[in-house]
Amino acid sequence: MVLATFARRLEPTPEALLEAFRGGAVGALSRAISWAENGHDDVDSVLDALFPAIGQAWRTGFTGPPGAGKSTLVDALVGRYAGDRRSTALLAVDPSSPFSGGALLGDRIRMNQRVLDQGVFVRSMASRGSLGGLARASETACDLLDAFGFQEILVETVGVGQAEVDIAAATDTTVVVLTPASGDGIQAMKAGLMEVADLYVINKADLGPAAALAGEIEAMLDLRDPSRPRPPVLTCSALKGKGLAELVEALDRIRLRDRDSGAMQGRRQRRALSRVRRRIGETLRHRLWTEHGWEQLARQALADGKRPDRVAFDLLQNWWESGPFGQPAPANPAQKPASSPGPSRKQGNG
Amino acid sequence: MAERRIRVLIGKPGLDGHDRGAKVVATALRDRGMEVIYSGLHRTPEQLVQAAEQEDVDVIGLSILSGSHMELLPQVRRLLVQRGLEHVVLVGGGIIPPADAAELEKGGYARIFGPGTPTQAIAEFIEEKVGIEA
Repeated sequence: MVLATFARRLEPTPEALLEAFRGGAVGALSRAISWAENGHDDVDSVLDALFPAIGQAWRTGFTGPPGAGKSTLVDALVGRYAGDRRSTALLAVDPSSPFSGGALLGDRIRMNQRVLDQGVFVRSMASRGSLGGLARASETACDLLDAFGFQEILVETVGVGQAEVDIAAATDTTVVVLTPASGDGIQAMKAGLMEVADLYVINKADLGPAAALAGEIEAMLDLRDPSRPRPPVLTCSALKGKGLAELVEALDRIRLRDRDSGAMQGRRQRRALSRVRRRIGETLRHRLWTEHGWEQLARQALADGKRPDRVAFDLLQNWWESGPFGQPAPANPAQKPASSPGPSRKQGNG
Repeated sequence: MAERRIRVLIGKPGLDGHDRGAKVVATALRDRGMEVIYSGLHRTPEQLVQAAEQEDVDVIGLSILSGSHMELLPQVRRLLVQRGLEHVVLVGGGIIPPADAAELEKGGYARIFGPGTPTQAIAEFIEEKVGIEA
């Protein structure tokens, strides 16, 4: 489709947006999230101004395979938190179509309307091509929810397979949601999804032998490095409201533990560092690919029959030798294998 | 890196369980590249406007086959204006007699689509409305 120019909708100035945001206007919060999603020019100045207010909220992520009941579980939990008068926001990520780029965002369907009426903020977000279970703007959206003053931020990922574990890096606590049919002990030993949990929930316990899977997971945990805190394994039925009180309690315990032990601070520091790294990667890739015309060069080289890894290496090598930061590169460029993702020596900015 | 997508809330106001039409339109708009939020059934005008505000949508499409359109649809419009969301394009569809449709279109609805409307026409209307009208 032709991307619309959005002329009809007036965008506020960043100053006006900030003022409304600080005044507690929900519309300003949701517009700021849109700015983050759309890469609006002024979103960074808004975030700069809000940065001192970020860090008070607790971010809990929920991930798991499609159909595990994540939405139902999260909605039930949101209800509990709202009932406890904790101010709560939910960010629900659903997949974008790789074909049309569109998305059908259905998490509101399951929301208990009574909960929405209590002032819970719910935002649906399309993944827009990100493959790790979140959208590129998910963390920024959490920052905005945090700065707006929500105490509890729940993040629900796209239904994931085994290796989409971005959520663990983006939140303070990660819950992996499974069902009694989620697989046997070998599945439980695999790397990836099963490693990132701070807590396991076997949902839909009304439908099958949840205790059996819980046993498999416990057996896997027995084999793990005992110096790491052992994640609790809970069973529940979000639909029937069973096991939710225990879940709330277990999450609160993990939070207290991680606050006191310094685990939270460590995790947040790693998160900040990885965001810097990712932002550099995204910006460089975008600049080079689009603005420097590398896409065209790559197409040409591939059409000439070159090997893909070699194309990437040659592009990087030429760029590096020409002095990517405005000055000639030092002598002796690194002899890196062709499969290396990029220049390893990040130099000054010239 | 900027990427903008038209965001649409498809809503079912009131006591009306017939959501085939809403789902067909939602899917068609998704296939057109829009991000479509489906409200689920039995929403009040207040709830729909709350969802539109939180989701920062460009368009609300309301599907109603219950006969209470002259009650519920103008209410949604009034609440939108109250919340300062008059920029949101309002469209409707379902079983709505032509005379009522004309009145709704005078009262803030950009278009009421009747049965048999090709989904492509709805998508094109939305793109034009969101994109061009200043």
